[in-house]
Amino acid sequence: MSSNNLEMTVVAFCCHYCAYAAADLAGSMRLQYPSNIRIIRTPCTGRLEVEYFLKAFENGADGVIVAGCEEGSCHFKEGNLIAKRRVNYTRKLLSESGLEMERLRMVNVSAANARLFTDYVNEMIETVRKLGPSPLKQAKRLMQQEIPS
Amino acid sequence: MIVAERKTIPELVDILLGHKRILVLGCGTCVTVCLAGGEREVSIISSALRITSRAQGFGFEVKELTIERQCDNVFIEQAAEAIEKSDAVLSLGCGAGVQAIAERYLKKPVYAGLNTAFLGILEERGVWTEKCAACGSCVLHEYGGICPVTRCAKHMLNGPCGSSREDRCEVRPDRACAWQLIYQRLKGIGQLDRLNQIDLPKKWSSSLSGGPRVIIREDHRI
Repeated sequence: MSSNNLEMTVVAFCCHYCAYAAADLAGSMRLQYPSNIRIIRTPCTGRLEVEYFLKAFENGADGVIVAGCEEGSCHFKEGNLIAKRRVNYTRKLLSESGLEMERLRMVNVSAANARLFTDYVNEMIETVRKLGPSPLKQAKRLMQQEIPS
Repeated sequence: MIVAERKTIPELVDILLGHKRILVLGCGTCVTVCLAGGEREVSIISSALRITSRAQGFGFEVKELTIERQCDNVFIEQAAEAIEKSDAVLSLGCGAGVQAIAERYLKKPVYAGLNTAFLGILEERGVWTEKCAACGSCVLHEYGGICPVTRCAKHMLNGPCGSSREDRCEVRPDRACAWQLIYQRLKGIGQLDRLNQIDLPKKWSSSLSGGPRVIIREDHRI
């Protein structure tokens, strides 16, 4: 893995009832995926608000994955559909704000599909690698460098 | 309630460019209910502005605050300190709120972050519709509670224009014909005879056409 890859951070908001279990299963199955991912367990992706995604980017995430249940299988009936609409709205906001909308993505993974989970993680890491580090992260680093001088 | 929607982030950046310390000021009343300028939207727009600023190097320092009502001096006072500390205020209140703040802080630039759209109601989740044009001379009692001034695209007061298709408006086929609704409503409440009455031209001087309006209640003045 290149040093460029090592510095990347991708936040994954994973639903407790599906994607989080899939990530757990991926571990049990010894499936490999990059360690840049930071998994945050959520009770349901429908609980996530637009602010959460924006804050993740503000705090230096290079990419964000929102991983919910497959459509039609939400434990709370339609939480994943609510999340999908919020993710789409946030992607539009990111684009307006000068950040690539591809840095945020909603995916649907069942608890049994560990391989799909690792595929999505690898795809996101690849997307972020192509886009380069978040410009916000660079700005933050510059600000931190300026403080001592 | 007053219904509004946010301006786009590039529009806001254009407005705010040249300022550093920016206060995004929300309003806890109408614009909170229509999900345009409440505490949550203040947080979202502030985050988006910070992201834009850092990604493109505008140097904004964005602070957030939401007060109960921007159109009321009593509540504006609660924002006094935050307003004083900022270089400019981006108000997420309606047009009245923006002007109330601007009138109180003569040397502080106050900008509108929303486009105030209309007086309306929440029709269903995420859908707001216009119901009142604030014409200043209400005629709802004559039309079974359905406003032809607001809901008829041609503001017809004495019957339908004759161009509606089924129950759809000719001008906006995705909208119902107001006169179809008025007929059904009057029939339902047994007041169809109201339609025999010819309405004289409406008094528009009490609308915005007569200039900005003022209501004075002497019994409440001090």
